[in-house]
Amino acid sequence: MLQIENSAFAVDERGYYGNFGGAWIPEMLYPNVEELRQNYLDIIYTEDFQAEFNQLLTDYVGRPTPLYLANRLSEEYNTTIYLKREDLCHTGAHKVNNTIGQILLAKRLGKNKIVAETGAGQHGVATATVCALMGIECIVYMGEVDIERQAPNVARMKMLGATVVPAKSGSRTLKDATNEAMRHWINNPVDTHYIIGSVVGPHPYPDMVARFQSVISEEIRKQLFEKTGSENPDYVVACVGGGSNAAGTYFHYLDEPSVKIIAAEAAGHGVKTDKSAATTFLGKPGVLHGSKSLMMQTLDGQVVEPHSISAGLDYPGIGPLHAHLWESGRATFYGITDDEAMKAGMKLSKLEGIIPAIESSHALAALDYLKPGSDETVVISLSGRGDKDLATYMKYL
Amino acid sequence: MNRLEKLFIEKPKDILNIYFTAGFPGIEDTMPLLRAIEKAGADIAEIGIPFSDPVADGETIQKANTQALDNGMTVELLFSQLKEMRNEIKIPIILMGDVNPLIQYGLEPFCKKCQEVGVDGLILPNLPMDEYLLEFKPVFEKYGLFNIFLITPQTSEDRIRRIDENSAGFIYMVSSASTTGSTSGITDEMRDYFDRVDQMKLKNPRLIGFGIKDHSTFTEASHYANGAIIGSAFIRAIKDSEFPAEAGSEYIKSVLG
Repeated sequence: MLQIENSAFAVDERGYYGNFGGAWIPEMLYPNVEELRQNYLDIIYTEDFQAEFNQLLTDYVGRPTPLYLANRLSEEYNTTIYLKREDLCHTGAHKVNNTIGQILLAKRLGKNKIVAETGAGQHGVATATVCALMGIECIVYMGEVDIERQAPNVARMKMLGATVVPAKSGSRTLKDATNEAMRHWINNPVDTHYIIGSVVGPHPYPDMVARFQSVISEEIRKQLFEKTGSENPDYVVACVGGGSNAAGTYFHYLDEPSVKIIAAEAAGHGVKTDKSAATTFLGKPGVLHGSKSLMMQTLDGQVVEPHSISAGLDYPGIGPLHAHLWESGRATFYGITDDEAMKAGMKLSKLEGIIPAIESSHALAALDYLKPGSDETVVISLSGRGDKDLATYMKYL
Repeated sequence: MNRLEKLFIEKPKDILNIYFTAGFPGIEDTMPLLRAIEKAGADIAEIGIPFSDPVADGETIQKANTQALDNGMTVELLFSQLKEMRNEIKIPIILMGDVNPLIQYGLEPFCKKCQEVGVDGLILPNLPMDEYLLEFKPVFEKYGLFNIFLITPQTSEDRIRRIDENSAGFIYMVSSASTTGSTSGITDEMRDYFDRVDQMKLKNPRLIGFGIKDHSTFTEASHYANGAIIGSAFIRAIKDSEFPAEAGSEYIKSVLG
């Protein structure tokens, strides 16, 4: 993991990326979050931590994940497309990079219980997995709606020994699961660590999660150099809900202006409808889940219930790093509709024999807007595999 | 002089602060409830601005928030309901809620309105002290608003001192590590914490909240601090009543004994 203190895109002392971030938390959470803030860098950059983290990423997660030259997809778009195969990680998505890091951190902080939220269930599965690995009790909050549409992941979590608690308030999706997980942490402050699954939440979570996920871009640089003689593609592309796989994919390229950063948000039925989750198109600065960032809200500051066909992107906010990338113009955001994502997922399946998670299909669909040149190179984060989404895909067959 | 400051000078003990959610149970219940709270003998009324995602609240107040929003409650409507309030209500009024609706209304316009209608203080649990000192404090002071901070059993002594230094009105002592509406009553662990903070001889008065629900818990909390705050139990008392103001009034009388 790279030290990034001198970057224009690194978090500052107050936990801000530009105008976004901070730790907007009730006093009940202050001691826990402050304990993390004071210790996370010291702990994760010790030799001992790095050795255990890297060993688990190699032997348990299966890293490095391949950087795959997608020949037929490249032909289709008349360009050069590499897929970063996070879908091949143990548990089927990039989420496990972060949960491995956080469980090692939790152990060193002396915590013996874990709470987490999950949307698509990928983060929940990744959390339940590392808890099983370490023999630590695990509670996962998941929106009732998501429990229905991601049944295989619910079964996985249970089989791994986690307790899955349905979040029954609000839209009963990821935002509500996050509320419940935070409430659980308020009620269990001493022995419990909260493993947030994305680059959201109070500082230091966005920075910490980004660092754990930065293994993605670290590998891309190395692998691309081996394959092409250059570390830098013309584009790095990822889907953004909260934005953890995106943060990991962009990380080592943030200060490399020749690399264009592309974010695919879930536009749902379209950004002009009221069924969307495209936060940079529809959001305004506000405070949600412990940080100031862009969020979808009413004029009165109430959180708007988002919509996306993808449970993992069905979130009304976005990580503060991404809000800063958006505001500073460093990243270009596209709103990808449900239909566009489903078509892109079908296309990849037929052309490359890879069924992507619907989340990742949003990143693939951005190719239609990007129109990369024939001499350009695109790296797309294939953040997860589509097994969990078969029921949804089948409706589009 | 701010009404909160005056209150604690005149009555340093047995202060009862009653919380209710604006727009709950009915959209027009704000003024009737305020009248009932004052008339029944409570000392402070704390009006909750409903929020879609109240993270620090338990189920009772979450549901009150949701119902209030469904009823159509907004910040603007609340200010309009409170416009003539000071013609009749004399007790201090506090607005409580998530910081986001305030940010969207605009810090300065919000505080200005508070002063116009006669609000005395604000409780914004997710406004961190550093952000408060940086941006909010000068505006609060300009409009005569007290910012009330929370402390919990996990808050360190150093931090309690720092909070005391930057507080006005009173300090909100959260009784236990929990969301609102816990029903555990007062435990020995809480008593130790109340004693510990009492012995710190803070400059601000303290009110104990979370888990205070009846005459006995109110009396005991008042023994350890300057009084107590009741929220969820009051909401429970009015939620199913055809006449919420009357039900609230009866409840407050039962608490005061």
